[in-house]
Formats: sequence, structure tokens, C-alpha cells
Amino acid sequence: MDINWKWDMFFEAFPYILQGLGVTVGLTFACFLFALVFGFVWVFLRRIKFKPVNWLVTWIMEFIRSTPPLIQLFFIYYAWPMVPGIGVSLSSFEAAILGLGIHFSTYIGEVYRSGIEGVDKGQWEASTALNFSTRQKWTKIILPQAIPPTIPMLGNYLIIMFKEVPLASTIGVVGILALAETYGTDNFRMLEAYTIVALIFLVLSYPSAILINKLEKKMNRRFDKKAALQDSKGAVV
Amino acid sequence: MINAIIEVFPVLMKGINITITVFILSTIFSYLFAFIAGLCRVSNNKLVRAGTSVYVEIFRGTSLIVQLFWLYYAIPMLFDVGIDNRLMAGVLAISLNYGAYMSEIVRGSILAVDKGQTEASIALNLSRAQRMRIVIFPQALRMMLPEFGNYLIQILKATSLVSLIGMTDILYHGNILRSTNLSAAPTVYLLLLVFYFIMALPLIFLTRKGEQISKRGVAS
Repeated sequence: MDINWKWDMFFEAFPYILQGLGVTVGLTFACFLFALVFGFVWVFLRRIKFKPVNWLVTWIMEFIRSTPPLIQLFFIYYAWPMVPGIGVSLSSFEAAILGLGIHFSTYIGEVYRSGIEGVDKGQWEASTALNFSTRQKWTKIILPQAIPPTIPMLGNYLIIMFKEVPLASTIGVVGILALAETYGTDNFRMLEAYTIVALIFLVLSYPSAILINKLEKKMNRRFDKKAALQDSKGAVV
Repeated sequence: MINAIIEVFPVLMKGINITITVFILSTIFSYLFAFIAGLCRVSNNKLVRAGTSVYVEIFRGTSLIVQLFWLYYAIPMLFDVGIDNRLMAGVLAISLNYGAYMSEIVRGSILAVDKGQTEASIALNLSRAQRMRIVIFPQALRMMLPEFGNYLIQILKATSLVSLIGMTDILYHGNILRSTNLSAAPTVYLLLLVFYFIMALPLIFLTRKGEQISKRGVAS
């Protein structure tokens, strides 16, 4: 079996494909930002006590989470403009932000929820006792304690989203995957083109994953120490 | 609307066989790769451990769509052979990807089994293989259940990607319908989403069941 690998093609394609990196990374951060903000919407919608609303929100989240993001992208890009009355035509970049952003916001919402549930009940009671308004309770007491421990988890989702972003090439976002496709079909060299894409992903996501892992360990130690400190103080008093 | 659904539904149904075939095959192979790789990563042999972690990191570090294109377009070019088997490429990409992710769960669960269990089985004079088979693995298996259920849904979602290498699954038929009649797009994609959701429902309940089983009767 011959190994049919051409280094000259590899070096020719590399700078061409690398041009798309800005779009890919930019889209990743745009989607992530959207999901971070929209995640809060899910958290607050789920806190509505009215049973039917709660039930509905839970199932809508489940629906978004358990259907393929690829079809959600197609829906937003191709079908949404056709919906009478409320349909809007979006550029492929906007559609990708909206599609992937909403898809991952349901995951991010769950991360937030786990963080909020991790806040001690006494904090709620204390802020009520100190006559904080609902808004103050959230912005001054609960969220500052709930969100920092979830940062490593959010970082993991950033990496996961980075790896889902090439899906957007199917609706015409010209990131590294779309450029590789163009180069590959123009020169009949899919091999080098796709290998470059894989390498770029690996080089960016593997070190980030290690970094997040380290951060996670550090955070765990920090929050555990805090908890331990509080316990010991409690014991002394 | 009803008319549109009646029109679109049978067209999408033409692809249901492919979608389900890809899902079932990918599930089987994902679990297979996950167990093999997971067990290799707790092996005593350094070479086996290193080799497996290279596989796991490569497949976790790149995205599934890239792996799929690579397997389908690049591999035949690399070896200059004309493999034109879409089913094989699709199933292999999905299962190598999720096998890598799930192998981490297998490894984590095996390492999470209490040390005392190993010590006790050594004291009972069990061989290394017996220890794993009779004592450690059954206990690790129940810890894996909830996450395994979640990945089942992820695999189902991933099956939609095979339309991109030209497999005639439900999304493929939907895309063709949309390209001939753009006004049908909302019905097509909504039906597809509902379709995937209906297929995911049993998996969602299975996952919850798995969570219950893994919690039941465990001391810690």
C-alpha cells in the first residue's frame, strides 16, 4: 500500500486554511457569550413556581438539548425566514450564533443551576434577614458565590463549543473547515486539507483542556479550603 | 399545515432506516471502543496505556465533523484505495469519537471503586483478571450508567451528521425537499426535530432509570 502524502501541498494549503481561524474562533466566542447570557434566561424561567410553566420550560430545554444542533442550524437559517409573520432572514454568521448559542445555553443553564443549588441555604436566609431586595439578593449574595465555582465547567463547554462550530460551515460560515473544503475540492487534495484542520483543532483544544483541568483542581482546592475554614471557625465559635 | 405535513412525512420516512441503522451500529461500536480503551488505560503495560491515551486525546481534541470528513475523504486518498463505503465511514467516525469520550468514564469509574475492594480481593487470592472481572468491574459498571445514558443521546444527535457525507438519512431527504421547495422548509425541519426528539425520549427515560439504578443500595 502506497502512502500518498504530499508535503508541498500541506505547506501550500496551511496558510490558506489558517485564514479562516479568525472566523472559527470569533464564532466560538460569540456563541459562548450568547450561551452565557441566555443560560440565565433558562435559570430564571425554571424558577417560576407556576407548575404548567415550569413543566413547559423543562421540556423545551429537553427538546433543544436532545435534538441535533445541525438540524437546529438548518431550521434557523433556512426555515425561520419562511415562517409567516415572525420570520427574519439572518446571515449565516448570525444564524450560527443563534443556533449554537441557544443549543448550548440549555447546558450552560444547567451549570448555573448546579452552582446556585450549591449555595448554602443560610445565605438566602441571612439576606432575607438583612432585608435585601430580591435583586440585591441575587446580585450581591447568591450569584457572586454561585458562579465562580462553575468557571471550570463553563471552560469545558467553551472547548466543546469550539469543536461544534465547524458545523456552521454547512450553512456557509467560512471558517477553517469550509476553507479546507474549498482548497480540497479545487486541488483534489482532501487529505492534506482535512489533516490541517484536524491539527489546528488539536493544537488549540488540547492545551486548553489541560489548562481548564489545572484550573479545576486549583478551584476545587480553593473552595474546599474556604469550606474547611468556615467549618473550623464554626467549631471554634 | 396539515397538508404540508402529510406531504413531507412520507418523504422523510424514506431515510428512517439509515438513521436507525447508523444509530444502532454506532452505539454498539462506541461501547465496544469505550470498554476496550477504558480497560487499556488502566492496564499495567506502559506502552498500551500510552498508545490508548494518544487515541483518546486525538479523538477528544478534534471535532466529530472533521473526523468524519477525514475518514471519508482523506483516508482513501492516503492509502490510494477507493473505499466508498459511507456507512462504514459514518459509523466508524461516530463510534471512534464517542468511544474516546466514554472510555474516560470507564477509566474514571474503575479508578473510583474503593481501594479496599482491591485489597480484599488480593487477600482472597484472586488473580488480577478475576479481581477485575468479578469484583471491580461490576461495581464500576453501575457508576458508568448515568453518563452512558447521556452519551446515548449524544450519539443519536451525531447520526444527523452522516447526511453530510451523502448518506440518505432523514436529514438528507429533508434537505433535498427544501432545495426543491423552500417554502416547505419550516415543516421539514420542524418535523425532523420532532422526529429526533421522539427517538430521544426513550433514551431520556433510560438515562433516568440508569441514574436510579446507580444510586440504589450504595452505601457511600
